[in-house]
Amino acid sequence: MAVYKQTYKDYEGKRTGSWSRFLILMRYSYARLFQSRFLVLFLALCFFYPIGCAALIYLSHNSPALAMLKLQANALPAIDGRFFYIFCVVQGVLALLLTTFVGPNLISPDLANGGLALYLSRPFSRTEYVAGKMTVLLVLLSLITWVPGLLLYAIQASCTGWTWVKPNLWLARAIVLGPLIWIVVLSLIALALSAWVKWRIAAGACVLGLHFVGAGFAQAINQILRTRNGSLINLSEVIHTIWGDLFDCSRSADLSVMQAWIVLGVTSVLCLSLLTRRIRGFEVIK
Amino acid sequence: MQAVIELAGLSVRFGKREILRDLRADLSGRTLGLLGPNGAGKSTLIQTLLGFCPVAGGTARIFGHDIRHHLRQIRAQIGYMPENDAFIADMTAVTFVRMMGELSGLPAEAALERAHEVLFYVGLGEARYRKLGTYSLGMKQMAKLAQALVHGPRLLILDEPTNGLDPSARQRMVRLIRDIRDSGQMHILLCSHLLRDVEETCEEVLILKQGQIVHYSNLEKERSTNKRFVELETSGDEAGLAEALTGLGCACTAAGAGRYKMVLPEGFDLREIYRVAAERDLPLRRLSYRRDTLEDIFLKAMEV
Repeated sequence: MAVYKQTYKDYEGKRTGSWSRFLILMRYSYARLFQSRFLVLFLALCFFYPIGCAALIYLSHNSPALAMLKLQANALPAIDGRFFYIFCVVQGVLALLLTTFVGPNLISPDLANGGLALYLSRPFSRTEYVAGKMTVLLVLLSLITWVPGLLLYAIQASCTGWTWVKPNLWLARAIVLGPLIWIVVLSLIALALSAWVKWRIAAGACVLGLHFVGAGFAQAINQILRTRNGSLINLSEVIHTIWGDLFDCSRSADLSVMQAWIVLGVTSVLCLSLLTRRIRGFEVIK
Repeated sequence: MQAVIELAGLSVRFGKREILRDLRADLSGRTLGLLGPNGAGKSTLIQTLLGFCPVAGGTARIFGHDIRHHLRQIRAQIGYMPENDAFIADMTAVTFVRMMGELSGLPAEAALERAHEVLFYVGLGEARYRKLGTYSLGMKQMAKLAQALVHGPRLLILDEPTNGLDPSARQRMVRLIRDIRDSGQMHILLCSHLLRDVEETCEEVLILKQGQIVHYSNLEKERSTNKRFVELETSGDEAGLAEALTGLGCACTAAGAGRYKMVLPEGFDLREIYRVAAERDLPLRRLSYRRDTLEDIFLKAMEV
């Protein structure tokens, strides 16, 4: 179908494999997202704290530099579970903000413009659609959470050697697993709300509201009913409980680890069921 | 010849409401028109064929693939142009069509090449770098057609393709559909409530009413059959003319006031009518083929 001929001609070339098609969505989503300067700036901002942490680790193993800055080695924080727990908390908050910005742009525009019928009328399933959109968030959030965390671990390991790595191998697992759980839950919440609320600004507000209003309600319930079960709807408290357990520090007094895992499980199931209901090639008008 | 679409007792329900009831048909024409009043189940049938709606009973096969088991193979061979707005507002047309091509399995470079080609083909060549959100309704319709064509489907499903188009844009769309049909490279399923669109583009027509097939007709056959019907108007010795023509093998029915409807026998030469009229010195005021329009067919089907 040469442009100049203006006639229809069939396509007879080769076709790609179906297993990697969900990555096409990721590629196009990034192309659209990175047109925003705000996103690029915010993403750059997300690396400030990891860079600071890397500098701290380097300094704590560099006596001449410490002497030059007139600092004592014991004045710097120890590189242990608590250090990485705080790293997770800081980057976790940034991950939440990044999700608020990116998440609503993923599904709601497709729903608002009726684009789902176009995706799903192709050899492309609903699962692949959700996987493609979720990968956008997972990759982006991984870049600011567990990937730099693991790099910090590697820097510390290279500075101290096997003597530190051997008793702290569990930390590497916690550094990957802790943020990974958070970003999976965040991605599911963002996608579900983006699919539920067609207006992207409202969807962003819902993602933030779920965390901050949820925390407020949790406090109110705890205070009024003199209970601790209100914390079950405080996602920050829930994830801090799990991180505390993984990094072996600061456990929550309100929730048990088991309760926290159950809350995350239920949240994920609810998000998946909402996605199942909303991601369809057609809308049933009742 | 393998049927393009085979409906084998297909039924669809939304809750307790039965939308499609036991549809049975083998459709193998190049262009098929799907007609019916609002709420007849046309769009539901299309969405079921695409695998969007769950099948309550029976099944359907497209190119021999069962819609309940081989959706991926079916979708790979289908290009779908939905009725409603369907686009991604902040994408340029070329990016949008390219992405749709890639999702259908085209390699990235081939998809880009095809995106440019189909956009030129549908007449959006000059506007292909504009964002879809800035397009007029007619341009959006063309962009939807482009994305349905980009991967070279074997079956093109068009749901109300001329909806909301001005007369010239409608003509352009109909011309494109005819051109695609005449290229002979794909089958077309056209769903529309505009009988003229269907009449101008389709060879077969399936009429739905309240979720059931009420009529199926091959328009080509129907047209050739209609050529044997003649309407005639004269004045003077009408009875003598009718008698003479009956003698030649025509079946004549008087419609009053010198008007006759006649069914001509096979191989009947029309000049015989003029000869008989001239012999009786009768003026023929009107002689025309009686042609059942699609509207006649549709209205008859609606009476069922």
